[in-house]
Amino acid sequence: MTAMIAWTIYLTLGGAVLLLVLPRSFARWIALLTTIAGFGLVTAAFVTTPIASLARFTTIVRVPWVPALGMNYHLALDGVSLIMVLVTGISAVSTVLFSWDVEDRQNEFFFWLLLVVAGCYGVFLSADLFLLFVFYELVIVPKYFLIAIFGSTNKEYGAMKLTLYSFFGGMFVFVGILVAYVSGGSLDLNQLSQFEFSPQLQSWAFPVLFLGFAVLAGIWPLHTWAPTGHAAAPTAGSMLLAGIVMKLGSYAGLRVAMNLFPQGFQMWSKWIAVLAIIGIVYAAAVALRQRDLKFVIGYSSVSHMGFVLLGLATANAVGVSGAVLQMFSHGVIAALLFAVAGRMIYRRTHTRQLDALSRMNLSHAMPFAAFTFVVAAAASMGIPGFSGFAAEITILIGAWKIYPLAVWISGVGIVLVAAFTLRALKLSVFGEQAPRDEVTKETVVNREEFTPITIPEKIGACMLMLSTVAVGIYPKLLLDRIIPAVESMRFLR
Amino acid sequence: MIHMRYLQLLKLASPEAVVVLTALVVLSIGLLAKRATFACAFVAGLGLVCAIVAVLLLPDDETLFGGMLVISPLTSLFKITCLALAFFTVLLTGGEKVPRHPGEYLALILLATVGLMLLVGSEELLMIFIGLELLGLSLYVMTAFDKTDVRSAEAGLKYFLFGSTASAFTLFGISLLYGMTGTTGLAAIATRLATTSIQPLLAVAIVMTLVGFAFKIAAAPFHLWAPDAYQGAPVPSAAFIASGSKVASFVVLGKIVLIGFAPAQGSAGWHSMAAGWSPVLAALAALSIVIGNLVALAQSNVRRLLAYSAVAHAGYTLIGFVAGTREGFSAALFYTTIYAVTLIGAFAVVGVVRRETGGDDFSNFSGLASRSPALAGSMAVFMLSLAGIPPLAGFFGKFYLFSTALQAGTNQALLWLVALGLVGSFVSLYYYLLVLKAIFVDVPSLSGAESMRHAPSDFLQCATVTVLAAVVVLLGVIPNVLASRILGAVP
Repeated sequence: MTAMIAWTIYLTLGGAVLLLVLPRSFARWIALLTTIAGFGLVTAAFVTTPIASLARFTTIVRVPWVPALGMNYHLALDGVSLIMVLVTGISAVSTVLFSWDVEDRQNEFFFWLLLVVAGCYGVFLSADLFLLFVFYELVIVPKYFLIAIFGSTNKEYGAMKLTLYSFFGGMFVFVGILVAYVSGGSLDLNQLSQFEFSPQLQSWAFPVLFLGFAVLAGIWPLHTWAPTGHAAAPTAGSMLLAGIVMKLGSYAGLRVAMNLFPQGFQMWSKWIAVLAIIGIVYAAAVALRQRDLKFVIGYSSVSHMGFVLLGLATANAVGVSGAVLQMFSHGVIAALLFAVAGRMIYRRTHTRQLDALSRMNLSHAMPFAAFTFVVAAAASMGIPGFSGFAAEITILIGAWKIYPLAVWISGVGIVLVAAFTLRALKLSVFGEQAPRDEVTKETVVNREEFTPITIPEKIGACMLMLSTVAVGIYPKLLLDRIIPAVESMRFLR
Repeated sequence: MIHMRYLQLLKLASPEAVVVLTALVVLSIGLLAKRATFACAFVAGLGLVCAIVAVLLLPDDETLFGGMLVISPLTSLFKITCLALAFFTVLLTGGEKVPRHPGEYLALILLATVGLMLLVGSEELLMIFIGLELLGLSLYVMTAFDKTDVRSAEAGLKYFLFGSTASAFTLFGISLLYGMTGTTGLAAIATRLATTSIQPLLAVAIVMTLVGFAFKIAAAPFHLWAPDAYQGAPVPSAAFIASGSKVASFVVLGKIVLIGFAPAQGSAGWHSMAAGWSPVLAALAALSIVIGNLVALAQSNVRRLLAYSAVAHAGYTLIGFVAGTREGFSAALFYTTIYAVTLIGAFAVVGVVRRETGGDDFSNFSGLASRSPALAGSMAVFMLSLAGIPPLAGFFGKFYLFSTALQAGTNQALLWLVALGLVGSFVSLYYYLLVLKAIFVDVPSLSGAESMRHAPSDFLQCATVTVLAAVVVLLGVIPNVLASRILGAVP
């Protein structure tokens, strides 16, 4: 069954191609079936793959691609990539469910969407540096079209900013990959992670490669694309962006930069920790002042990704495993938050302004949306019982061993996260009932016109909520698979 | 006096002969029947296919007259490439508004193709110069062929003036070389140069010879003709200038510097600059990347944008030569080949849009995605491939090019050039995205939609474009097909 996981990529790409040729009445069903099939494959692999075999980056497929340059079509799987593929599968299905109402240029929409998903699967499974970069960049262009065509608020600016930032990072990644390839003489990640690069090379190649990837993970101060991009994107776009695409950066930073250049990593890890902590606190503080609900969530993503980077910077098994767990957790939670804000609330109220929402008393008008939002907010704040808590506590335990001060500062960050989440929650769904005489005609009409939450939305929301609760209650399910894989990575040995 | 075996000469030059004969036939058809556009194009296409077959029948290795006519896997491969590019150009003419003299136009394309084949298949400076001139003169006329358009005439004149000056420089350089070495064969020049040090006269000779080629490949600062030629010339002419002419010029430039000037390579490494052709080419490359990309940012006409991006791409390709290795040469050839395929496709799309909307500014492209999804999708493939987005051919080309350049020097001496190239392609992404934004995102203004003459999109044109787009995708997904062939053919 493990080998079948490669089919997630082929199926998703095949679905994308089908969308180009079949008429639009099939579009959403093709997208749904493709993502469900992908999710099914991932789940099957998750259940059937023995935990022992997940400790090493085990080859699934290896076919010569360009022998003259030593390129192989090489896919592999270990615990970390399995977890990332799993969150991709979950997010993909729920994303399609939350895009059920897309009417305009449907085929095109789902085509771009499936390309993003396929690229993400590809990055998480690649064991060849060139292949990884191919999939990594493959994700970026579809995002541009998803946002620029189907987005809202200032979409062309947001799309272009996001794309240029991504490629700006990609440029550094390209340099890093070329240097690794030319001096290591191979593109195979397993071989390269055995190769001893000279410390002088590592000292500059590591930051180039890692920062290139970290742009996509929203590292401070290169994070500003994230809130604008998230706010401009259509719901599905924000869900995929925050849920999976940002993880590409942190995953590749871990898999490539840290694993290839361990000495460079040792030299720079404390600076990464500094940037991560600034990101956590700064983004949370900014989120506290936002008036647009999507901007609040956008900044919260940056803050949460700061935890991932902090976990990576700890350079010990606990911290890094926590970072991987946080990638999963945030993937689910961010998708849920954006689904509530972008689809459930915005589609019906046509506003994301917190002031306007606070007058609508949505907890009565849309109880299910309010419930989902409460669960998502609780998970996002790191309330015990949800995945966010499990992940962040693991990261902080890891960080305590080497950066005790960082833990104190990120404690402030956690308080700020709780503050802005509660503020957004209160203003958006638990707004005070406007005094009877001030109820304008408009708001009353609006409230009555809210269409009920549809079945696809409910299924999608339940899927995401179940995942965050399941992992929150029993994190061992994932950690058992993550920790051995992390421990076998070179920078820990 | 060498005893000439005419029969053998004819056999070895049969592809060229076939093309010349076809050109004559097409010319006479054009003279006899006034409106025989289709017949002319059909005969021209058939002739090119026959020439490809003739190339395939050539022996593996043969050298005549001290390198005047060389048959090797490399020359055969690129003769086929040039013939195929000419074939696609002929297909493009099918869609143009009936030119007044279809026979003459097609005959010119075929003669220019002969020029390409002479350039590719020769390792002797005089023969190369003849090929250069045959190509150049045909292209000047092709550029100015649209008599109804004043831009076409302007472009033709500019191209001619710059081109003839550049040719004069090259001829002067060649004569200096001949004076110093007493020979015009590339291999013989190399053996003579190996014994001499780099003296001022040699430096002048090298720089002057390179000027002509820098002009042909539109490398800055010899690119000034390109924007006007790309914008003003009839679409097939512009496509041919951007594709066939470039490929052949890169092949011959590579042969001249890597075979003829091999002893005078010098070094372009950041800390190890040494006199020779390599730093000259590095300077041309750097200048082209910077100027091409920055000026392209400011364009609002797609053809002009393609012209400036062509300057930048010439810069990237030169990086492969600067590396100075066999791998670098083959990477540069791979890159220029896929670039040529991409540009023919892009010009085909421009041609269709121009016929349907009467122009080729960004605004003419807006809403193309809803008018013609196939053309829009293909244009997306071409633009993204130029920007170097995987999994398209342009991305593999850049990776191959830059990795060979890094491998060349010790301690990544060429990293500065590679980094410049990467920054350049990052900048380029922005303007390619602007084209795609016009196609996919912008809504055509109502007045524009009304004034649009709804010429039915030609099936042949759409098919050509789609085939080219498929080639670009396939060469990105399985680059080995072409890359291994080129690497195997490069000596």
